[in-house]
Amino acid sequence: MTDSPKMTARHVNVHYGPKQAIADVSIDIEQDRVVAFIGPSGCGKSTFLRTLNRMNDTVPSARVEGDIRLDGQDIYAPEMDVVQLRARVGMVFQKPNPFPKSIYENVAYGPRIHGLAASKADLDAVVERSLTRAGLWNEVKDRLSDSGTALSGGQQQRLCIARAIAVDPEVILMDEPCSALDPIATAKIEELIHELRGRYAIAIVTHNMQQAARVSQRTAFFHLGTLVEYGATSDIFTNPRQERTKDYITGRYG
Amino acid sequence: MSALALALIVAGLALIGWLVARARAAAFRNGSQRFSSLPGHHGWYVALWVIVPPLAFLAIWSAVSPALVTEAVVAQPAAAALPPPGFDRASILSEARALAEGRAYGAFNDLSARLAPFYAVAQARYDWIATAAALLLAFAGGGFAFTHVRPDFRARTRVERIVMGLLLAASLIAILTTIGIVASLLYEAARFFRMVPIGDFLFGTHWSPQVLDARDPGANLGAVPLFWGTFFIGAVIAMAVAIPFGLMSAVYLTQYAAPSVRRWMKPILEVLAGVPTVVYGYFAALTVAPAVRDVAVSLGVTWASSESALAAGLVMGVMIIPFVSSMADDSLNAVPSAMRDGSLAMGATSSETIRKVMIPAALPGVVGGVLLAISRAIGETMIVVMAASGVATLTANPFASATTVTRQIVDLLTGEAEFDSPKTLAAFALGLTLFIVTLLLNIVALTVVKRYREAYE
Ligand SMILES: Nc1ncnc2c1ncn2[C@@H]1O[C@H](COP(=O)(O)OP(=O)(O)O)[C@@H](O)[C@H]1O
Ligand SMILES: [Mg+2]
Repeated sequence: MTDSPKMTARHVNVHYGPKQAIADVSIDIEQDRVVAFIGPSGCGKSTFLRTLNRMNDTVPSARVEGDIRLDGQDIYAPEMDVVQLRARVGMVFQKPNPFPKSIYENVAYGPRIHGLAASKADLDAVVERSLTRAGLWNEVKDRLSDSGTALSGGQQQRLCIARAIAVDPEVILMDEPCSALDPIATAKIEELIHELRGRYAIAIVTHNMQQAARVSQRTAFFHLGTLVEYGATSDIFTNPRQERTKDYITGRYG
Repeated sequence: MSALALALIVAGLALIGWLVARARAAAFRNGSQRFSSLPGHHGWYVALWVIVPPLAFLAIWSAVSPALVTEAVVAQPAAAALPPPGFDRASILSEARALAEGRAYGAFNDLSARLAPFYAVAQARYDWIATAAALLLAFAGGGFAFTHVRPDFRARTRVERIVMGLLLAASLIAILTTIGIVASLLYEAARFFRMVPIGDFLFGTHWSPQVLDARDPGANLGAVPLFWGTFFIGAVIAMAVAIPFGLMSAVYLTQYAAPSVRRWMKPILEVLAGVPTVVYGYFAALTVAPAVRDVAVSLGVTWASSESALAAGLVMGVMIIPFVSSMADDSLNAVPSAMRDGSLAMGATSSETIRKVMIPAALPGVVGGVLLAISRAIGETMIVVMAASGVATLTANPFASATTVTRQIVDLLTGEAEFDSPKTLAAFALGLTLFIVTLLLNIVALTVVKRYREAYE
């Protein structure tokens, strides 16, 4: 590991109104690696993930403190353009949420907004490339004008991944992307994450520990809004340093 | 015996039945055994059996007894002088009845005065029959129910069933009344179309019901100018106001407004929907119409009407804004927030998200809402009675005067009305047309909205 981390978070606190959801979390998200956030539900994994592309801005009661940087640049600085930030840090949600538009329009949405394609041919190329990277091209290439919502759940989720990578992000955040999918669709997404790893920094929230072990190189264990342990996935799963991590991994609670 | 006294007696009987049944049921509850029904249920069971049968009987009786009374009167020798069945005969009989009931003080017709005493006699006799039968039914029902007051009798479920039956009857009455109204509308409209060819009415372009040619009334009863005026005022001008403002306020309220702002602004909008339309009406007639004419004159339109389509349409549009806004608000709220988040997470701004994702996703619901709004606008009466013109002109000029279907119905039915002239009956044909159009609009709108709701479930 020669280069510096893609994103750094230092002493991050998040409050929803008077309630603290994240307390003093510091973490690095590295280029070309997958970091998994695990922990019992309600411990703040989603909340923390959403601080990384400022999606918490859309929650009126949320207040974020601390220092979060992308390539050394403070993403909460006043001069930071949220539109640009979110183009660079893409997000995939728990429930597949394709827009009620055609498959093509779903993928073309981001490039259009950000003016990334100079011509129709350009846009076609971006759509094809994104769908190919998301492993969906062969399944939908003949019906790009069908509605995105008519696809199966797993295909919808890959469409959402295609939509996210169409704007050429540097980081992709995934919030339990497989929790609404069946095992086969889940396996496909996991495979996809492996393929995407070389190109993007990826952070994935999961409640499935086997999944964390399979797809990630780094794992962060959250509990009650704090980061309990962060390290190489193999260490966390075979040799946790903290008692609480060990309890969680061995299924003592969760 | 008066109806009030009868009602009081039945109610008293029911109370007695309730008390007795309850006391009796309470008496056998002394043991520790569990019973399916409380004493009160037995009481209610008996009380309902006392009240419902006479009530049902009286409801049916009140529908058939007038005919029976009339029959009894007509059977009298004195009635032989009555003219054959027709309008005259009916008016004499109804006058006689009014005299007998003390509702009229003098008779136009000798025969009415002679028949009145017979009416009084027959009425009194049938009233006695009704009273006796009602009391008998009350006793019979109560007695029958009372034999059921036993420990193992499930009075609770029976009461539940009777209550359900009563509720069902209540809702059926509403439906049946509507059906009755529609049936009478159809009947009167059919009479109209026997006098005026339906093609003349639906496609004729000349409307002046005040001067009818007795040989060809259809020539002056072409309703196209009315349909056009209704469409122009209700669906074009009013919607040109209501759709943009309603939609924009819904977008603001659902997407931008802070919760505190939404908390007071939404109720205010909803209160606007409760302003009586007559208030909008005089606002339209006294404030907006002169203002519109002044503006038109200052624009160089010298012949601008003070009963312009624009004034009525503008005010109607304002009246409909809250309606469109709340329908659009519901539709936008029904779009899953995941759509919005998905778009924002792509780096879209709020307004891009609203224009490119939220509104397209909510569109079917919004369209359905707009159709419902149109159906309300074209049925709206008070504003156009006060602010629109009574003269039917076929024009697309918003400063010119225009009239609507509802306005014409009011004009046709107020003042001197002869109930078998084409002029008066035209009101029913107009009403029927309006009813069919709004019904279709509502069906289409509700189907669209329903499909749309299902899409997000
Ligand atoms: N929009 C919100 N408003 C208020 N509280 C919230 C909101 N979102 C999450 N929380 C609270 O923050 C805590 C962390 O939630 P979350 O980040 O969703 O946990 P996880 O994703 O680990 O299940 C929970 O206690 C939750 O109730
Ligand atoms: Mg979560």
